Amino acid sequence: MSPLGKKVIGIGAGVAVVGVLIALYVASWATSFPRSVAAAGSSTTTGVSTQLTLQTVAAVGAKYSPEHPDWVSYLVQSHGKWIHSTDYRVPANSVVHVTVLQYDGDSGLRNPFLSEVQGTVGGTETVDGKTINAINPEEASHTFAVPELGILVPLPGVEEEAKNQCEFAPCTLAEAHRTISFTIHTHKKGRYHWQCFVPCAAGFLTGGGGPMQTLGYMDGFLDVV
Amino acid sequence: MAEPNHARRFTILWVVASLIATPLVIVLLGPILPPGNGSAQASGHVTDNTVLLAMATPVLLLVVIYLIYAVTFFRQPKGGILEGPAVRGNQRIQTVWIVVTSILVLSLAVYGTVRLEEDGAGSGGGPSPVVVPHGKKLQVQVIAQQWEFTYRFPEYGGVEVPHLELPVNEMVEMHVTSLDVIHSFWAYQLGVKADANPDVDNVVFVKPTKEETFEVRCAELCGIWHGSMFDHGHVVSREAFDTWIAEQQTKFAAATKSLPPYSHTYLPEPTRRAE
Amino acid sequence: MSTTIESHAQPAPVRRPLLRRLIGFNLLSALILGVAGYYLGWFIGHQLSTSKSFEFISATDENDVALLLAYLFGVIGFLIGLGFANYPVSRLLGRPASLREKEDEGIGRYFGLCTDHKVVGIQYLCGIGLFLFIAGLNAMLIRTELLHDVPTTVGPNQYLSLVGMHGAMMMGMMTSGVLGPFANYFVPIMIGARRMAFPRIEALTFWLLMAAGFILTSSIFFGGFPTGWTGYEPLNDQAVMGMDSYIIFFALVGVSMCLLGLNMIATIITLRAPGLTWSRLPIFVWSVLATSVLMVLSAPMLIATLAMAALDRTINTGFFIPGAGGSPFLFENLFWFFGHPEVYILALPGFGIVLELLPVFTRKPLWGYRLAVSGMLGVALLSFFVWQHHLFVSGINADLRPFYMLSTEIISVPTGFIFLCVMGTLWKARSSFSVPMLFCLGWTFNFLIGGLSGVFLSDTPSDTDTHGSFFVMAHFHYTIMGGLIFTFFAAIYYWVPKMTGLRFNERLSKWHFWLMFIAFNSTFMPLFVLGMKGMPRRVSSYAPNLHGLNVWVSISAFVLGFSMLIFLANVVWSLIVVRLPAEANPWRSKSLEWQVPTPVPVNNFEQIPVIDSDPYDYGTPLNIGGAGATPATAGT
Repeated sequence: MSPLGKKVIGIGAGVAVVGVLIALYVASWATSFPRSVAAAGSSTTTGVSTQLTLQTVAAVGAKYSPEHPDWVSYLVQSHGKWIHSTDYRVPANSVVHVTVLQYDGDSGLRNPFLSEVQGTVGGTETVDGKTINAINPEEASHTFAVPELGILVPLPGVEEEAKNQCEFAPCTLAEAHRTISFTIHTHKKGRYHWQCFVPCAAGFLTGGGGPMQTLGYMDGFLDVV
Repeated sequence: MAEPNHARRFTILWVVASLIATPLVIVLLGPILPPGNGSAQASGHVTDNTVLLAMATPVLLLVVIYLIYAVTFFRQPKGGILEGPAVRGNQRIQTVWIVVTSILVLSLAVYGTVRLEEDGAGSGGGPSPVVVPHGKKLQVQVIAQQWEFTYRFPEYGGVEVPHLELPVNEMVEMHVTSLDVIHSFWAYQLGVKADANPDVDNVVFVKPTKEETFEVRCAELCGIWHGSMFDHGHVVSREAFDTWIAEQQTKFAAATKSLPPYSHTYLPEPTRRAE
Repeated sequence: MSTTIESHAQPAPVRRPLLRRLIGFNLLSALILGVAGYYLGWFIGHQLSTSKSFEFISATDENDVALLLAYLFGVIGFLIGLGFANYPVSRLLGRPASLREKEDEGIGRYFGLCTDHKVVGIQYLCGIGLFLFIAGLNAMLIRTELLHDVPTTVGPNQYLSLVGMHGAMMMGMMTSGVLGPFANYFVPIMIGARRMAFPRIEALTFWLLMAAGFILTSSIFFGGFPTGWTGYEPLNDQAVMGMDSYIIFFALVGVSMCLLGLNMIATIITLRAPGLTWSRLPIFVWSVLATSVLMVLSAPMLIATLAMAALDRTINTGFFIPGAGGSPFLFENLFWFFGHPEVYILALPGFGIVLELLPVFTRKPLWGYRLAVSGMLGVALLSFFVWQHHLFVSGINADLRPFYMLSTEIISVPTGFIFLCVMGTLWKARSSFSVPMLFCLGWTFNFLIGGLSGVFLSDTPSDTDTHGSFFVMAHFHYTIMGGLIFTFFAAIYYWVPKMTGLRFNERLSKWHFWLMFIAFNSTFMPLFVLGMKGMPRRVSSYAPNLHGLNVWVSISAFVLGFSMLIFLANVVWSLIVVRLPAEANPWRSKSLEWQVPTPVPVNNFEQIPVIDSDPYDYGTPLNIGGAGATPATAGT
């Protein structure tokens, strides 16, 4: 083989190695999901139920998200710690209690229809102790909605003048917040998506870009297993 | 050795194949063609698709049989260097081809226009559609947002509901609009597709004819959950519909109070960048 | 006429030290200046964003201004580094400027600015091949995800970015897919010219395309883009920074297209050899001319539209935002006014290649030359009058729909002319089924299916069910991949022996064709069914009853990808490892490019030839005993 041929093969092999590395990088980028977090199971006299505790924050902060520190986000509690993930695992055919600690201010719903609770046990949610079935649409800060299961829970926001508002995640109970809880029944196994319907993505067109369209912030999966 | 009459052989092959295949296609494939007979518009589509398929079959057979024939009979013998006949064209064949294809195509265009202008063919016709059916029409507004369809009934107090039910055998006038980006309302079994554009009212008429469940999917890429933006609706009897809508009005009374007055388009805040 | 094939004789002079050779206007300086330009643009953008009007940047963590400026400055730096500014600057300073760049150096000239059209042709072939490969890998990831009916392997954001990158990359690269490599290399030779009309611009179009491809792949570092290759507003405006990569990519592709077309038109009109009248022009050159006219007229529309989209994203104008008095309809119309001629830019070169190659392998003249030319020109003209068929259900003025239905149906008439010419050339032929011929026959079948499905889509009532579904996907994959890509490979197998003097391994080539043809049909035929059963485009969740069919399609797609690996293996084996020399005119073609020696000399011809006939002088005249009873004299 000519020296030119050897050189070309050498270059070709180098290019092939680099190419494979790049392909692996792209494949790993494509398949990266937020970590799947299991809701905490518990047993009571009424039977087995699961507890899912979430918090919503106005800005997730550089600690949890170095590339998007100013994005609004959900976090989930697992074993006492707050984890930046929106992929939640719950058991099928069971009762799931959901508690959301709402630290973000209100943005208002674009479609006020979504201010009424749908798909929870009793069709209600409990906000700071009061049980209601709809909120004032202008007070909406986020929603926890699973459209494929018909679940929609609007979450009212912290008032503007509230003192001691949380700036970056993780937020503590000492800071201004609303405690919202509701119960849902899960049935068939499956992988369903959940999302926020409030235009809370500051700076984006109609408040619907960025965190509203990225897994790990305002959208996620509910894995019923 | 006499050269076989290729022109005659091929023409016979093609005509026979077309005469067998075309009726088979019409009779066997026609009835099972999508989207089914869930509405007058959908049945119209089945007819249109059958006609198109029937016209496409002879054309497909012409070229495919020709290719197979040419590949089989007009070959270079192994290792040969023979040349073919130096024919550069045939005025008559070209003229016949131009005339026949033009007639075929123009007749398809006329047929399509006639069918379109008959009943709108279930396709979104913009704010002032050309074809408006006479008589009473049930008004339904389809509101598309990222990433869910909701439906509003102005004749029932402007109530908004998350799943659609329609009475059978009644003409429905759907006003499709969006609150944020471009979506598309595609009710498969009803043969309806209308893009949902923000600040635009896209009108489509449909008359469901079968009591069944129909699938609603979003047909225009609208963001991350475009594929999950689907829904199931039901076509039910008039009595069932009346019961259902009364239930929905009670169930969603709280939400209805906060809704803006019914209008063909909405531009809710924030309309530009959110604060 | 020389038939010996040798690699270029290396010039004997002393090689300069490595450092001296690296300094200068070459790819290394281009990369350095490109990176420098990128950071300069980012810095300027960052400074701008600190002003009050851009407050939303701090809320969104997305600095579109910075990224757009970074890309633009990066591209400018890249082009300056390659040496594109040398000629204008020399002229401005009154210094003598060189008209030829790097035309005599060794293999290095393939990696920089070279004004030899043959070098640019090979650069295009390799560059486009690289990006096609990347886009193909994206397709494999997409089909892997579609093995499941809910988002499982690939995240939904990344899935949409993969879909968008696959589409945009393929469309951007294949626009110049045939004109870039083959028209650049062979049109001057086919018309008896020594060079293209604007050699430096020719090199510029290549490097712009390479910069564009790189920029599109870099979108994954900025969050990808969610709009698919059509970039519809207002989703476009909502998207994160990766959208800017798409905008710059397509803008650069548009500039490259426009200049490429301009160059071709100027060359074909002004540089034809004496005696080469319009009726003797090879049909491939006619297809290049028709395509070039489309490129020149439609690309500026794309560039303007993208500029408006970029302005909406950065300085908050409202061209396409309803809340600002703009209209997303405007974007759709502007985009498709470019988009429809774009797909004919993809189809026409395919027609040209098939009609050019068939006479060679059937040993007959091209049947219906004038009909074929009118078909191509008819398609080119009509392609500007059909674009609203992409908007049939969008809520356009309903009075317009019958007109666009008519115009779209009519455009199938000139397309049909091409089929008649193909069939006429095959009539009573003496066909030999070499690999290029197999690809041409594959084209005939695939484009037939693609074209017939287009008739379904042009009928508005039928389109109501199939718009935005996998039926459309099947239609355009049949016409673009089954059409253009098959002819792309036909051209490669046909012309690479001329470009390199080497022959492909026959067995690998045939394996490639058959596996590709069967896997292609197995992958895309079921998509018609999936579309008619209600599966929308660009989704990673679909109805569970469509699961089995999707698995079949995905597995076929993997086999199709494997056939491309066979092609790659063929390239490596035949052109790098084994390097068997090819005959001077292995196909016994009478076309002008096969009458020059291999390797083609720098100036193409020792003497400009005088043309006295078209290149389709095959066949025995009819008055001597019918279909070729006497052996004809071989080639030249």
